Amino acid sequence: MNPTIEFPTIEYATLAPLLLVFGAAILGVLVEAFAPRYLRKSFQVPLTLLSLIGAFALVIVQVVRGDLPTGPVAMGALAIDGPTLFIWGVILVLSAVCVLLINDEGHFVASAASVPGSADEEGAERAGHEHTEVYPLALFAVGGMLMFPAANDLLTMFVGLEVMSLPLYLLCGLARRRRLLSQEASMKYFLLGAFSSAFFLYGAAMVYGYAGTVSFAGISQAMAQGALLDPLLLLGFSLLGVGLLFKIGAAPFQAWKPDVYQGAPTPITALMASGTLVAAVGALLRVFWVGLGNLDWNWRPVLWVVAALTMMVGAVIAITQTDIKRMLAYSSIAHAGFLLVGVLATYDTGAGNAVSLQAILFYLLVYGVATVGAFAIVTLVRDPGGEANHLSRWAGLGKRAPILSGVFAFFLLAFAGIPLTSGFFGKYALFTAAIGSGQEAGDSLGAWMTGLVVVGVIASAIAAFFYVRVIVLMFFNEPAADGPAIAVPSTGTVTVITLSLLVTVGVGVFPEPVLQLANTAASSLFIR
Amino acid sequence: MDPVEIIQHTTGGVIGLSWLMIAFPLVGATILLVFNRYTNRWGHLLGVAMSLASFVVAVLAFVELLGLPEAQRRQAVHLWEFIPGMVDMGLLIDPLSIAFALLITGVGSLIHIYSIGYMSHDPDRRRFFAYLNLFVAAMLLLVLADNYVGLFIGWEGVGLASYLLIGFWQFKPSAAVAAKKAFVVNRVGDFGLLVGMFLIWTTFGTLAFAELKPITAENPTTLAIGLLLLLGACGKSAQLPLQSWLLDAMEGPTPVSALIHAATMVTAGVYLVVRSGAFFFPEGSGAALAVAVVGAATLLAGAIIGCAKDDIKKGLAGSTMSQIGYMMLGAGLGPVGYAFAIGHLITHGFFKADLFLGAGSVMHGMNDEVNMRKYGGLRTYMPVTFATFFIGYLAIIGFPLLSGYFTKEGIIETAVHAQPILGWLAVAGAGITGFYMSRMVFMTFFGEKRWEKDAHPHESPTVMTVPLIVLSIGSVFLGGYLILSNRLMDWLAPAVGAPAARPEFHFTSTTGLATLALVAVGAAFAWYKYGRAEVPAVQPRGSFLTTFARRDLYGDAINESLIMRPGQWLTRLAVFFDNRGIDGVVNGLAAGIGGSSGRLRRLQTGFARTYALSILFGAAILTGALLLVGNI
Repeated sequence: MNPTIEFPTIEYATLAPLLLVFGAAILGVLVEAFAPRYLRKSFQVPLTLLSLIGAFALVIVQVVRGDLPTGPVAMGALAIDGPTLFIWGVILVLSAVCVLLINDEGHFVASAASVPGSADEEGAERAGHEHTEVYPLALFAVGGMLMFPAANDLLTMFVGLEVMSLPLYLLCGLARRRRLLSQEASMKYFLLGAFSSAFFLYGAAMVYGYAGTVSFAGISQAMAQGALLDPLLLLGFSLLGVGLLFKIGAAPFQAWKPDVYQGAPTPITALMASGTLVAAVGALLRVFWVGLGNLDWNWRPVLWVVAALTMMVGAVIAITQTDIKRMLAYSSIAHAGFLLVGVLATYDTGAGNAVSLQAILFYLLVYGVATVGAFAIVTLVRDPGGEANHLSRWAGLGKRAPILSGVFAFFLLAFAGIPLTSGFFGKYALFTAAIGSGQEAGDSLGAWMTGLVVVGVIASAIAAFFYVRVIVLMFFNEPAADGPAIAVPSTGTVTVITLSLLVTVGVGVFPEPVLQLANTAASSLFIR
Repeated sequence: MDPVEIIQHTTGGVIGLSWLMIAFPLVGATILLVFNRYTNRWGHLLGVAMSLASFVVAVLAFVELLGLPEAQRRQAVHLWEFIPGMVDMGLLIDPLSIAFALLITGVGSLIHIYSIGYMSHDPDRRRFFAYLNLFVAAMLLLVLADNYVGLFIGWEGVGLASYLLIGFWQFKPSAAVAAKKAFVVNRVGDFGLLVGMFLIWTTFGTLAFAELKPITAENPTTLAIGLLLLLGACGKSAQLPLQSWLLDAMEGPTPVSALIHAATMVTAGVYLVVRSGAFFFPEGSGAALAVAVVGAATLLAGAIIGCAKDDIKKGLAGSTMSQIGYMMLGAGLGPVGYAFAIGHLITHGFFKADLFLGAGSVMHGMNDEVNMRKYGGLRTYMPVTFATFFIGYLAIIGFPLLSGYFTKEGIIETAVHAQPILGWLAVAGAGITGFYMSRMVFMTFFGEKRWEKDAHPHESPTVMTVPLIVLSIGSVFLGGYLILSNRLMDWLAPAVGAPAARPEFHFTSTTGLATLALVAVGAAFAWYKYGRAEVPAVQPRGSFLTTFARRDLYGDAINESLIMRPGQWLTRLAVFFDNRGIDGVVNGLAAGIGGSSGRLRRLQTGFARTYALSILFGAAILTGALLLVGNI
């Protein structure tokens, strides 16, 4: 036997966006190591923004050129297909926008290692120190987000998951105000994230035991030939599901979300609520549709319950929240449930699946954009001790900052899915796809899918209650005597809010171009 | 004859660009609202320019439409796919919609120009123009949309603009209340329109005008749809029983009353009925009869209310109700009626705008006094205002050969033939119109001066009088031009259908002469009471009938006792049950959700170990369920 080592082939042009982001992140680490402290920020900010914008441009170039690879790239590790490119584009735009928020003053601690309230902290604060490590960390997280949904086998996916999560664990603990809360959030996120990663890894091992391979195509093939009801496969699959459902915050794995969203610095919350969700839904689709597509008769009932539970838990618990960030976290849980409705909407035909996929991609885009906009506004409403997140502080805000409150109200209406906002079309497309899928399958499944949509509509109605309650609070209540101040927004924050608003309004009136884009991305389906 | 088929507009021409009509004022409103006080200096000019640009597009589209053969005069311009698989957003350019577009942008532009002068002292003039532009854009969407969804968006848009403009001087509690009242009453009507749309969608599977088919016989579904649409029309057009908001709406600045609450928005209900005529209000159907009855009832009610008002704007508001009643009556009488209804709508747009702007000009010169008992003898002090107001007055009472004469006579004539009872009621209404409008003219421009001490009446600036003159010219000639030799009827025929027999205008018909005689009697009685005799400066007690009219025929009282009080009572009942801790029928659901929310919330302990445990349990259940499902 002649041992030969095959030289790996890497499709550099196709992978360029991913490589650019990771390259810039490494460069950022070098800047931290060698540049003097006072210069770091002026290096990091342009580097981060330019690499994200550059990566986005590279994605656009690939879309325009249109010659997508027909098979997996990088030795079968990654699959760069239409949906991947769409998801990449969305993540890159959202993260670039979040970097503008991160760049705003006063969100991050001066010295993370100092004990809260200590003299060290005070000294660092007085010296005007800043953690510019935030930027390369964010870039690594974004790189992980790009890799996660593009992974073509379970191991690459796991690597993507960890690359995405580890920097986020750290970033969560870097809030400048209420540092204990922030550190607690970081710790919880880390512990629970590690816990769920272990589930994922264990599941991957079991599926490997069943299929003898970790690549999705291989798993699918093994299932086509072997027994579908092998306990090893079912066990492995459910554990994989736990890991992924944890990341999107589906019930009963949602408990971390409110605590972490509340404690983390708001720009990081925005990044998690938009980018992480998009990436995790992408990865979920790849595992459930590509890897385990043949098993959908088994996972459908289970996922049905999870989706219904997630929507209801998110919508119902949000009602009694008194903290704006926690409320948005529960709203994010409910939206994860809506997205799961789309994941359930599989068809027998490729064209049918493209419809569901289009709906999901569209939803991810519009929800991500509105979320970033909403959190950007949260960063602006401040008390002397930091952001004024308690809902009671938002009373009467409409009288003091009518435009800001009006825009926030608009985002809330978009979350609620009121017509003439982008959110309406997101829900409409998703629910239509789900009902269509049930009708195609016929018999009892049709009724079940319609039932799920009914649950979704009820959850939307409940959710509309707490969204509108905030609007009522802002516009119809008397303002508090010592109400919060509205920080003068930086150019970056204004850009973020304006951009989000324009997209939310624009797509709400002219959904066609974006739907077309999602359709083009979806019609190529996932590479199998 | 049914309306001609709607064809898809292919390319080119102004018709393809007709979306610009809506885009111009919309962009204007956006710029004025977003750039806020930076546009203070030139904001009003931008507003006027945008409205004029819109008018130019409308005229060009009209000319292009004129050049097409009749069979091609209904063109749908596709814009974009709005709700995938359900609604395509597009514009319908046809004789009906373009007639409205010309009225809205034409009269709208004049009122924009007038407002430069009228609002010149208001610190918020820019905001006012932003709302006016917003209104024009929404109203154009309402009439130009080629489907009910677009119409509904425009419908709500004009409702919003109307709310914002009635409450423009929101520091006055009365204005804020009036705005709220208009909004709430309109909700009732909008509810009807919305449910009607639901019913159309479930019955016919489409909301596009091009895909709905004209019907010949009525069935219960179309009757229900027709009545629901009529409810919507009643709300927007201030017809019985949803008329109560219009009188209070006069709290808005006078140009608003002229544009929105006289010339254009309040006629949206007539548009809705005429547009849906072939689909849901076929000639002789129950739905059409309901429209005619509502119209006849309102035209009398409005006229009676107009008799007793001392506030010049409220008097005109009553008259608006009444005139729209005429239009509704016409709209309930099939294709012949449509032509006269739309004709009256257009001429009314001119003479009523003329009257309102004239009233505004008087108020402008009289320190914003609206009480006619404090006017008197103004004709020499404001000659232009007087002359134009007087022309508008002659037009509205139907003085022979003026605009209102032809269109109103047409409606009355048609009604007397189709529905004699309603027709003779309309004749009586014309007589009352003769009385209350003459009363207004005598109290304002003739007789003794009854001014407040600090009043220094003066003629308004040119920027205000020029629109008045233009409008009064329209009030003189437009009616004859449109009605004689059936010009408007032939023009509208492709859009609304042509009548079986073309009517001919008789100058000496029995009804026509009877109407004229009644109008003369009304005017003479007004002269006897208000021209010859002295007008008391303080409102006299008046008879039972006067009080009845002064209190708007107890419209508010009826609303209060039938709807508001039972509503409050119901609310109190619900609160009572809730306070007793009983999850009553009303609050049970909400309390249940809130309660479970509170209970579920306790699961969120904040301890990482609890969360981890819940993940573990979740994983166990998930796995168990999957294995179980796999093994069944």
